[in-house]
Amino acid sequence: MIPEIGQFALILALILALVQGTLPLVGAAQGIPVWMFLSRRTAQGVFFFLILAFGCLIYSFIVNDFSVLNVASNSNTQLPLHYRIAASWGSHEGSILMWVFMLGLWSCAVSVFSRHLPEEVVARVLGVMGLVTAGLLLFLLFTSNPFERLFPVPTEGRDLNPLLQDPGMVLHPPMLYMGYVGFSVAFAFAVAALLGGRLDATWARWSRPWTTVAWCFLTVGIMIGSWWAYYELGWGGWWFWDPVENASLLPWLIGTALIHSLAVTEKRGTFKIWTVLLAICAFSLSLLGTFLVRSGVLTSVHAFTTDPRRGLFILVFLGLVIGGSLALFAFRAPRVGTQGKFEFISRETALLCNNILLAVACGTVLLGTLYPLFLDALNLGKISVGPPYFEAVFVPIMALLIVLMGIGAIARWKESPLAELWEKLRAPLAVTVVCAVALPLILGRTHWQSVALLALGFGMAFWIITTLIVSVTDRLRHLQGGLWYKLQRQPLSFWGMWFAHFGVAIFIIGVTVVKGFEAERDVRMTPGDVISVGDYAFRFVGIEDRQGPNYHAARGTFELLKDDKKVRNLYPEKRMYFAHGMPMTEAAIDSGFFGDRYVSLGEEINDGKGSWSVRVYYKPFITWLWGGCILMTLGGVLALSDRRYRVYARKPAKELLAGHTLPRPAH
Amino acid sequence: MTGQQAANPQSGSGMSARKKRFLWIGFGLLLSFAITALVVKGLSANVTYFYSPTEVAQNVAPKDRAFRIGGMVEEKSLRRAADGLTIYFGVTDSAHTVKAVYTGILPDLFAEGKGVVAQGKLDENGVFQATRVLAKHDENYVAPEVAEAMDKAHKEAVLKTLK
Repeated sequence: MIPEIGQFALILALILALVQGTLPLVGAAQGIPVWMFLSRRTAQGVFFFLILAFGCLIYSFIVNDFSVLNVASNSNTQLPLHYRIAASWGSHEGSILMWVFMLGLWSCAVSVFSRHLPEEVVARVLGVMGLVTAGLLLFLLFTSNPFERLFPVPTEGRDLNPLLQDPGMVLHPPMLYMGYVGFSVAFAFAVAALLGGRLDATWARWSRPWTTVAWCFLTVGIMIGSWWAYYELGWGGWWFWDPVENASLLPWLIGTALIHSLAVTEKRGTFKIWTVLLAICAFSLSLLGTFLVRSGVLTSVHAFTTDPRRGLFILVFLGLVIGGSLALFAFRAPRVGTQGKFEFISRETALLCNNILLAVACGTVLLGTLYPLFLDALNLGKISVGPPYFEAVFVPIMALLIVLMGIGAIARWKESPLAELWEKLRAPLAVTVVCAVALPLILGRTHWQSVALLALGFGMAFWIITTLIVSVTDRLRHLQGGLWYKLQRQPLSFWGMWFAHFGVAIFIIGVTVVKGFEAERDVRMTPGDVISVGDYAFRFVGIEDRQGPNYHAARGTFELLKDDKKVRNLYPEKRMYFAHGMPMTEAAIDSGFFGDRYVSLGEEINDGKGSWSVRVYYKPFITWLWGGCILMTLGGVLALSDRRYRVYARKPAKELLAGHTLPRPAH
Repeated sequence: MTGQQAANPQSGSGMSARKKRFLWIGFGLLLSFAITALVVKGLSANVTYFYSPTEVAQNVAPKDRAFRIGGMVEEKSLRRAADGLTIYFGVTDSAHTVKAVYTGILPDLFAEGKGVVAQGKLDENGVFQATRVLAKHDENYVAPEVAEAMDKAHKEAVLKTLK
């Protein structure tokens, strides 16, 4: 009964979404107020039915309703409750339902927080989102029904893939999808602006907070995914340039370009066409990512099934969304607005170049990800493009980007006289060069190649930090009063930029130190053996059996030693899950501010002495990677809290439409 | 367009529009040239080809370059050296088998009779020195490359019996 209610709710949601996607758009075009007013109510209605449907699916998982195929193939009575709930988005069907659910959530949020917008704009934005929702609901109902029944009813389910039985599964997909789907709002605003023919600073101001929220979610989602892969897969890596990871990086790169471009469009009225193009691309790449991951064309942990019907449907849908919006762009963009003017040496130039570099970086990652697919489709042989390609191409582009990032934070809008700019950049440049060269030597590296790589990494980080310091002192110079007072006077959007960029620096330090100083050893250990890695050593104490809720584990005990003194015990496990008969390695990690000590069990070596193959890692500064991502997200949150957004929320729409500028923070 | 921002009658610090355009075009060309060079070099140096055991047996696979091999781990081929870390195994597509060796810890789902993809080089004795054995994430999952290699070998075997 419950699954049928869910199914029925999905059908009702589809019908309402079709209404949401048609009448308001026609109403906006023809000027029929009643039809335009429908947009808000239908969006909320769609979301209501999606809550109902998603709730029914989660309920079926909670009560172990194995008459539902989806539940029977992804859950099990022995599975703990929180993983049963997470299992509802662990399958292909469930994850697409969550995708649509998120889209409904964003649409509903737009309908609630858009009171200050002209009705025409709301109608267009929600109309576009309604069309996307309808498309995905069609996909869900016709190719991947999450409520499909199974007969005869099995007494036990197949269990969730053990790799997914992890707290990461509870957090990573919802966060990532919130980000992916959140770009649909920026997309809808862009398409609405193209349809309406009005593309001005107010448009950028409306879509800016939405885009920033989506970007924050995407950043956190990617970070959790990376962290999960780091501790769960037992390989000690945090980014594998796996096609699916790339699929989430692509919209992030374009999304990053988009939030910067939107800032320029709002403040300076330039880059409008470019911003619209980025908004379209960000969401298109989110859709492409979903397609790549879910259609089974890529082989990875995330691809569950290969159903050509699904691939074809998403491909057609993708073609319609991307093709349609780009066609609209080509048709309408040239007549929307004009470009403002700026000098060659200016903040606009730095931001534009960085936008282009981000887009290029995205392009090279996309190329590396799709190249094997193209060759395979053309029967030119099967290949794989490995991490070395991505590192060789991505790192130089990022290095250039970071040079400009430092300049951009300091340069003035419109025109920045070269002499003045040089005056400000001199000190950061000197500090950066000295530190970048000195630090690797102090840390004991002498080989030129490793010194060069470390110098590059440290140089980038120091360049960001020193230019950020200059950007603060530069702003405080003209103010009177105490330091704390002066700092407080700075708008939150400035601190948003500051912390996000600082996060990038912290991230780069993390990457540089991990790459430069990590140590890894695969060894055979007999109880009593000691192995040293970095400044630490591990003593293998022994193995014991342990019984989990739905698995059986061999649990190793290791003493972590520093200077021959015991720091703590670590307990890595080798688990055997009952339902899958699948072994799983659970690494044990001693995590700290300056690095992680990481141990995972390989296999038992049958030599009668209880020996095991063991892998140990020393990962210095790896926590700085996640810390950097958290700082970036914090930057996004600070930017969102900026006063301007709150002030403008109270301003009547008419005033905004007249093109009045809003209170702008003092420079 | 609201217009108030675009109003900028000055052409700036002596840089003419023409000069500005030339600068932009110059930078654009330089950037696209550099990126193209990076990508082409990156791809040509770092692409790994995939070969089936039959192709290796027919000497199609390169001798001096790393590649990937895929198939099933042959039954009863798994052998562990005394050090406990070096593992010998056969990769088969049912028509041909390639001997492989790997030192280190194998992914969880590596087992006899299961699909495997390994990356490495052939040594002078024709043994595949694997530097990486790729993990799979589900015990029922067979990499499409492996499935295709098995399928091709099977078809060729059938054709041979028909001849």
